[in-house]
Amino acid sequence: MIELQYLTKRYGNQVAVRDLSLTVDEGELLVLLGGSGSGKTTTLKMINRLIEPSAGSVLVDGRDVAELAPHDLRRRIGYAFQQVGLFPHMTVAENIGITPALLGWTEDKLRRRVDELLALVELDPDETRDRRPDQLSGGQQQRVGVARALAARPRLMLLDEPFGALDPLTRHRLQESFVRIRRELGLTAVFVTHDMVEALVLGDRIAVLQAGRLVQVGTPRTLMREPANDYVRQLLDTPRREAQLVESLLAREGL
Amino acid sequence: MSEQLALLPGYLTAHLQLTLLALLSSAAVSLPLGVAVTRVRWLEQPALGVAGVIQTIPSLALLAVMVPLLAALGLQSIGFLPAFIGLTLYGVLPMLRNTVTGIAGVDPAIREAARAVGMTPAQQLRRVELPLAMPVIVAGIRTATVWTVGIATLSTPVGATSLGNYIFSGLQTRNSTAVLVGCVAAAALAMLLDGLVRALETGVRTRRRRRVAVVVAAMAALYLYTGLTLAAPLLSRSGRPVTIGAKTFTEQYILAHLLGQWVERETGRPTTQRQSLGSMVAFNALAAGDIDVYVDYSGTLWANEMGRQTVGMDRATVLAEVRTFLADAHGIRVAATLGFENAYAVAMRARDADAMRLTRLSDLTPLAPGLSMGGDYEFFSRPEWVAIRDTYGLAFGEQRTMDPALMYQAVAQGAVDLISAFTTDGRISAFDLRVLEDDRAAIPPYDALILVSARLARDWPDVLVALARLDGAIDVDTMRRMNLDVDERGADPITVAADFLSGLSRARPAGETR
Repeated sequence: MIELQYLTKRYGNQVAVRDLSLTVDEGELLVLLGGSGSGKTTTLKMINRLIEPSAGSVLVDGRDVAELAPHDLRRRIGYAFQQVGLFPHMTVAENIGITPALLGWTEDKLRRRVDELLALVELDPDETRDRRPDQLSGGQQQRVGVARALAARPRLMLLDEPFGALDPLTRHRLQESFVRIRRELGLTAVFVTHDMVEALVLGDRIAVLQAGRLVQVGTPRTLMREPANDYVRQLLDTPRREAQLVESLLAREGL
Repeated sequence: MSEQLALLPGYLTAHLQLTLLALLSSAAVSLPLGVAVTRVRWLEQPALGVAGVIQTIPSLALLAVMVPLLAALGLQSIGFLPAFIGLTLYGVLPMLRNTVTGIAGVDPAIREAARAVGMTPAQQLRRVELPLAMPVIVAGIRTATVWTVGIATLSTPVGATSLGNYIFSGLQTRNSTAVLVGCVAAAALAMLLDGLVRALETGVRTRRRRRVAVVVAAMAALYLYTGLTLAAPLLSRSGRPVTIGAKTFTEQYILAHLLGQWVERETGRPTTQRQSLGSMVAFNALAAGDIDVYVDYSGTLWANEMGRQTVGMDRATVLAEVRTFLADAHGIRVAATLGFENAYAVAMRARDADAMRLTRLSDLTPLAPGLSMGGDYEFFSRPEWVAIRDTYGLAFGEQRTMDPALMYQAVAQGAVDLISAFTTDGRISAFDLRVLEDDRAAIPPYDALILVSARLARDWPDVLVALARLDGAIDVDTMRRMNLDVDERGADPITVAADFLSGLSRARPAGETR
């Protein structure tokens, strides 16, 4: 469904992404995994042209995105990110309905869609619909953010650490909701994270980036069994190391 | 008080026209420019820089500099246009700066979301950036509104009627009621307009449709009123009033009202006043046809307009040459000589003059370095002063420029030793001052002349005839008494003019004058 071909992004002399090629299949969730400055967010944003590549191309459904008007392209691709970016001067319903409104949906259809989405992201439509974003908790805001990304029934979603700023319990609940939603809608998604556990829980395949280069891409199982280098090995080993750390702490306390 | 309040509708309307149109064009310049600046980064420094520099020019000077600037471009240089342009420029900075700050202050995450949901650049601006920047932009509009209403009072000296007419003429004629009415009206107008803008903003932000509709209707009504009152004189050209000008001193205010009342009574034509004009501004306005009538003095025209410096000319010769010059160079007609002279003179306390044995300007020459001389705003830059200074070799220890209304008090209290005075000023005798004799005729004669524009002479011969009948109607004692009534006895120029005219009709029965 998505093909990244020899993508490069330069800022002056700095190279953020170098010669990156990847394919995302229909219905698949691909995790872009890497540390800060690895180029994962830059890569994601080149898919819906929030960032224009210096070289290379992005194909969605076989069409080069550079040939489409950016706003038309983005209306067909859902986008959710860590800062959420809800419009503070609009109600929850107006926020969720923004892309359909831009596409010229009728009032009636739009209203039904908003209620449907609020239910989908497990918020009470009657209670939430007319609120302002600042009247919601962080977790509720990101649920609205996901609903907004899904509003115009995109088949493709881009997510940039959407649950990164939430407390662990809320994050866990939202991850579970997202897994369910994706399954129900059969979405294709690219998901940026630096959280190894999140990558393992959500990803069909994981692409590991290091300093702007693609190091390895494969299923979690492949990466665990045949890490391409030490960096991948250490990265994949993180959850186990953390679990061992917790175990040994508990043992020392005599619990 | 009631005479002053009768002027309110006219002044307020003119003030409203200036303010509302200037604000509209300030907004039309700064809001798009502000948006452009946030899109094209390199524009920011030059745009804000120029607006900032304009703001540092004192407001009165900014308005005044428009006069020669527009004249050089061959545009209307007196009246509405210079005031309008000056005020527009002044309003740009607060609106521009706040538009830029407001838009730049939008959270980058919200900006990114606006792009990501599929808004075009125009939609990002209209649906997200402008609504979020609105409180800051509106704050800029409110600042500009209050400033513009206030600064519009300074349009009076460039010939645009405003509430400043109350303040300028009130200060000159020591009429504190007029000053107060002008200040209160301007403050009230500022509060009203500011309140409307604020109400509109809160209405839009809290989405109260009714409130927004009411405010928009009120604003629309104000603009409609402005448009109609501006268009009215253009639509009915025949109904254009006779415009009478006045410079910035008491005698001029009295004479302007006197001529206005006379023309209305004798011809039935409506008149309007354009008061508190600078000396040059008044003459240029008449030459350009922006005003129709005003009183000037032969010596002033002789020195300022004709650039003559000859000393020792007699009254009849000067008058004849001025008449010819005005007709040939500007098509201006002298409708009448009023019958008195108002010459520049040098005056001092009679007590001091006696002590120093001074009667003539020639006596002053050796004493001048030890004395201080006060002059009105124009005096020391006028050719008359140059002529006096050079003819008598005067070099005063100190020269001070002061408000003409305060000059007499200053000399009477000994704050200065001598002042520039006008020979018709009633305060010369009231303050027991003595005029030093111009024994070498350095100052030309100053016959008071009613000047009319070429257009008036052509279009309204009846007005010209009526004005001509005032020939010789006012002698110097009468003028002095009228000036004193206003300056020291608190009378209103309008009343003083009316009293004079009622006396005139008794002296000259209708059968004789018509």
